[in-house]
Amino acid sequence: MSSTTPQTPQKRGILKSLGLIYEYIRPVMPRMIIGALSALGATIVALVIPVVMRALVDGPLMNNDPSEVWPFGLLILGLGLAEAGCILLRRFMVTQPSTAIEATMRNSLYAKLQRLPVAFHDRWQSGQLLSRAVQDLGRLRRFLAFGAIMFLVNMLTIVIGIGVLIYWSPLLGAVFVLVNAPILWITFKFERKYWGAARLSLDQTGDLATTVEQSVHGIRVLKAFGRGPHALEGFTKQATDLRHTEIRKAQLDATLWAWLTFIPLTSYAVCLFLGVWLVSIDALTVGQLAAFFATAVVLTFPIESIGFLYAFAIEAANASVRFREVMDGVETIRDPEEPKTIEHPRGRLEFRDVHFRYQDARPEERDLVNGATLAIEPGETMALIGITGSGKTTLTAFPTRLYDVTEGQVLLDGVDVRDLQLTELRTRIAMAFEDATLFSRSVRENVLLGASSDSEALVDRSLAIAQAGFVRDLPNSLETEIGEEGLSLSGGQRQRLALARAVAAEPDVLVLDDPLSALDVETEALVEEALRSVLASTTALIVAHRPSTVQLADRVALMRDGKIDDVGTHSELLARNEHYRYVISSLEEEERNRKAIR
Amino acid sequence: MTVFGVAGEDRHEYTKEESRQVRRRSRVLLVDLVRPHIPRVVATIVMVVLGTGAAVLGPAIIAFGIDHALPAVLNGADWMPLWGAVIVYVLAAAVAAVLMYAYTVNTARVSQAVLFSLRRRLFDHAQRLSMEFHEQYTSGRLVARQTSDLESIRDLLDQGLNELTRGVLFMAFTLGAMLLLDPISGLVLVSALVPATLLTIWFYKKSTSLFRETRTTSARMIQYFVETMTGIRAVQAFRNEPVNEKEFGKRVEDYRDANMRTIQIFGIYEPGIVAIGAISVATVVIVGGFRVVGGDLAVGVLLAAMLYARQFFQPIQGIGMFFNGYQSAAAALEKISGVLEERPTVEEPEKPARLRRLRGSIDFKNVRFAYNEDKVVLPDFSLEVPAGQTIALVGTTGAGKSTLAKLVSRFYDPTSGAVKLDGVDLREISNDDLREAIVMVTQEAYLFSGTVGENIALGRPDATTDEIVDAAKAVGAHDFITALPDGYDTDVNKRGGRVSAGQRQLVSFARAFLADPAVLILDEATASLDIPSERLVQEALQTLLADRTAIIIAHRLSTVAIADRVLVMEHGRIIEDGSPDELVAQGGKYASLYRAWQDSLV
Repeated sequence: MSSTTPQTPQKRGILKSLGLIYEYIRPVMPRMIIGALSALGATIVALVIPVVMRALVDGPLMNNDPSEVWPFGLLILGLGLAEAGCILLRRFMVTQPSTAIEATMRNSLYAKLQRLPVAFHDRWQSGQLLSRAVQDLGRLRRFLAFGAIMFLVNMLTIVIGIGVLIYWSPLLGAVFVLVNAPILWITFKFERKYWGAARLSLDQTGDLATTVEQSVHGIRVLKAFGRGPHALEGFTKQATDLRHTEIRKAQLDATLWAWLTFIPLTSYAVCLFLGVWLVSIDALTVGQLAAFFATAVVLTFPIESIGFLYAFAIEAANASVRFREVMDGVETIRDPEEPKTIEHPRGRLEFRDVHFRYQDARPEERDLVNGATLAIEPGETMALIGITGSGKTTLTAFPTRLYDVTEGQVLLDGVDVRDLQLTELRTRIAMAFEDATLFSRSVRENVLLGASSDSEALVDRSLAIAQAGFVRDLPNSLETEIGEEGLSLSGGQRQRLALARAVAAEPDVLVLDDPLSALDVETEALVEEALRSVLASTTALIVAHRPSTVQLADRVALMRDGKIDDVGTHSELLARNEHYRYVISSLEEEERNRKAIR
Repeated sequence: MTVFGVAGEDRHEYTKEESRQVRRRSRVLLVDLVRPHIPRVVATIVMVVLGTGAAVLGPAIIAFGIDHALPAVLNGADWMPLWGAVIVYVLAAAVAAVLMYAYTVNTARVSQAVLFSLRRRLFDHAQRLSMEFHEQYTSGRLVARQTSDLESIRDLLDQGLNELTRGVLFMAFTLGAMLLLDPISGLVLVSALVPATLLTIWFYKKSTSLFRETRTTSARMIQYFVETMTGIRAVQAFRNEPVNEKEFGKRVEDYRDANMRTIQIFGIYEPGIVAIGAISVATVVIVGGFRVVGGDLAVGVLLAAMLYARQFFQPIQGIGMFFNGYQSAAAALEKISGVLEERPTVEEPEKPARLRRLRGSIDFKNVRFAYNEDKVVLPDFSLEVPAGQTIALVGTTGAGKSTLAKLVSRFYDPTSGAVKLDGVDLREISNDDLREAIVMVTQEAYLFSGTVGENIALGRPDATTDEIVDAAKAVGAHDFITALPDGYDTDVNKRGGRVSAGQRQLVSFARAFLADPAVLILDEATASLDIPSERLVQEALQTLLADRTAIIIAHRLSTVAIADRVLVMEHGRIIEDGSPDELVAQGGKYASLYRAWQDSLV
């Protein structure tokens, strides 16, 4: 299915783009430079070896002098080993820092993503985040360890080589440069085209990852409807798009490489003609001409290599741009600069004329939460009731600041939640979500996710309250690893674990979003009974649909169209609010009324 | 221990036998993937050979130019040989360039075709694998297989063939020329292959388990990453960031460590090969030097022999790179072929039975279902549901209700006994027929990224817009959908971010409505609905279920009330069976549940 990347990428130069991640490269710059020098050393040694061979042949061997064979032989051996040594040194110098850069960037990206607000995660598909964290950074590492260094060395070789060519024959050298000059223009044009294709390919790779992930998360739906083939069709389409992009990239690459093969070879042909002519008019010696070509031939590979190194550089540049896009994400929800603390925590939660709308909402849309005001007294249990879409779940996200209100304020014990440190705030308030998220860890770790101690008593008590004793029947009891999808736990079991987790956090305020919806009637009754002990001392806001859950509450708040419509005890509301009756009274009730009227 | 399928995936030290086994299956997979492209691969190799030839021609032309064309110009002012050399050179350049282009594009085509088919195979296979597999294998791992493992294979396909062909070609040509020119120097080169081979074997052995480790550690890292992002709300609400940062950091470090060791081992291998080359070149020089002095060898021949010797070892680095890439790809293929080796425990029949005139009766015949010996959910279950009947299953968690639903929808197969649709064993019905006949709506209403409309259309992909709207109207989802910013075209985005759980359930009801199956299973499908929505859904259900078989699992007795027949289950057995009114009158378990529920009502 369709997907998007939130930001439209803008093109900048390669260096500028790579500069975006300079802070990560800087600390290891010295090692990288030594690595580059080693690579240069290896290249120079490789160039010197043939010269030594020639000197041996032209000197001692011409004179049949055996005494010089061993020294020359050992010199060549020494140079060869020095080349090997340089390669070893380059690898040694570069491997550690390049992998360190990759790891540091990966960790920073992860940490950043954890700090970014839920609203950011709503917009960004996980595959896009993953491809940035894994594939992009891997490519970047390889570019830094290999591509960038080769690029430098080869460019240097070309520049030095051209100098040598001009030394042998200024005219031939100049012609060589001139004939090869179009390469600059061709690479410039290549960059313009390749940039977009490289970016597209990275984005499409991310989209593909998203689709794979969703096809597993939604496997039950796909299986229940037999829509595997349908999903495969969508996936195939995306994979085809990526395939086309990759082939388009290869065509661009191939065009560049073809030119990089053709132009230098042609320049040799031109130089050959010109050189022979120069020799014929005595402007050049045969030896100089031979030397000229001996050097020119050495430049073939460095020139050719520009092609793939350039493409490599563009990909790396795109990877760093993509990395930056996330790193530049604004942490709208963060610790205040001058945090306040709550002197006497009592657990009073107040919503004061709270508004919320999504950033990208259209002007004509009304606010999702549209001026809700509600105060929950310490120790009080407030049920939040309203029809689907009235804004209940959104409201529950404000106290813990998963979202921030766009207007108005939420106060915990009189302090605006935005003035509290996030850790403090989220220690005081714990949540249980409608769709219980469990992590691939042991049952114990899942329950103790937000707890301040790991005492056995706490685990026992929390599990008991949530009626989650079933975990003791799991193969390894509390140490059983449960998967992200909660192994084969039923919805009700997962919900109970999520509830146990919220209870184990021992907060001042509990925010529970329809926490019992998947429980059967009997278990629900047991949980409710047990919850009472917790709720007696804890402030709680409970989103509920069922009358039975409402009965847990001291008071009920009725939400309607983003506002708190009415607050009171269950029976008060029942008596005075028609909308409340509509929302809460069951089908059976209605039936009975109808019968009674008849 | 076994290495069949994904078992043993987390280990990287295998016994010899295990290693052979996983290598074999990944080789088989690779060959299988490449086979359809053999003509293209051969064509590509020919191009590389020709291209290399054209490139090699260059120095020869220059030599010709200096040795023959130049004297011709000097002696007789005959410019023809020079013109000839120049023209041939430009032609060779053009041929080399064209071949370079063709070769590059061709390689990409082969590589992309292989990756494409591998991606599809993996995706398709994952969809076919049973729930049992997915409940353990997590999405993160599959994503790892599809992304970073595929990347390794891609590296090999993109670079490998070129490096290998060119390298082998170069070495063979050079060695041939050398043996012709001076057999003794040639023998020196051949003998250098012995330590080179030994070094390569060492590298192979060392790198095999290291590359495996990179795959394992990268999958673990990816899995953690995916989970954190999926559960970001819980992570933030429970202040789990520092713990995660530490744990993820550990996995990043493990991966880095494994990765670094593969690079390091190659970092020894590569200069090792270069050093072996240096020693043999020096040997050629020394041996040759004395022979020249002794008058056994011409000086020119030695010069050529030295340059050849040098040239001989240059591509060996490229071959080493190929080898490195191969090892990395092989480790990735081991993991991927493992997933592909997994067999669905719920298999499609080879010769499916034809379903004639679907009616929708469901029949459990002595069904036993157990996850394992200790965990028997249904000991011996028999039940007949006539076509068109709506039954409701009631009972506590663990009574086996959901298992029953999973058996009918064939998420699982019974351990023994049979579940039949219109008298035909479900195991004999093709998947397509089965899914058309039986649809299950679960409590977890997953929305895929895309629009609301597309999500409903999942019930029947060829449905028209009107049909989609009608389905939404029927279940009471139309109102909230039209209130969304773009109505049916609203993007639900990641995990249905902006749609509440209740709304998601309505969408999944609309899906089921659109699918219009003969048998409908509702497993807690109304749990998150508010009462007014539930009321609408129930009205819709009464019409929807009128002429079809339905199995409803619901904790709310209001939903149960619309059933023709209620089954009360306990420990995998039916303890009460009758119409709701009958059971209330009987005064058993259901009656007491009913009373409790009545009391809870407003």
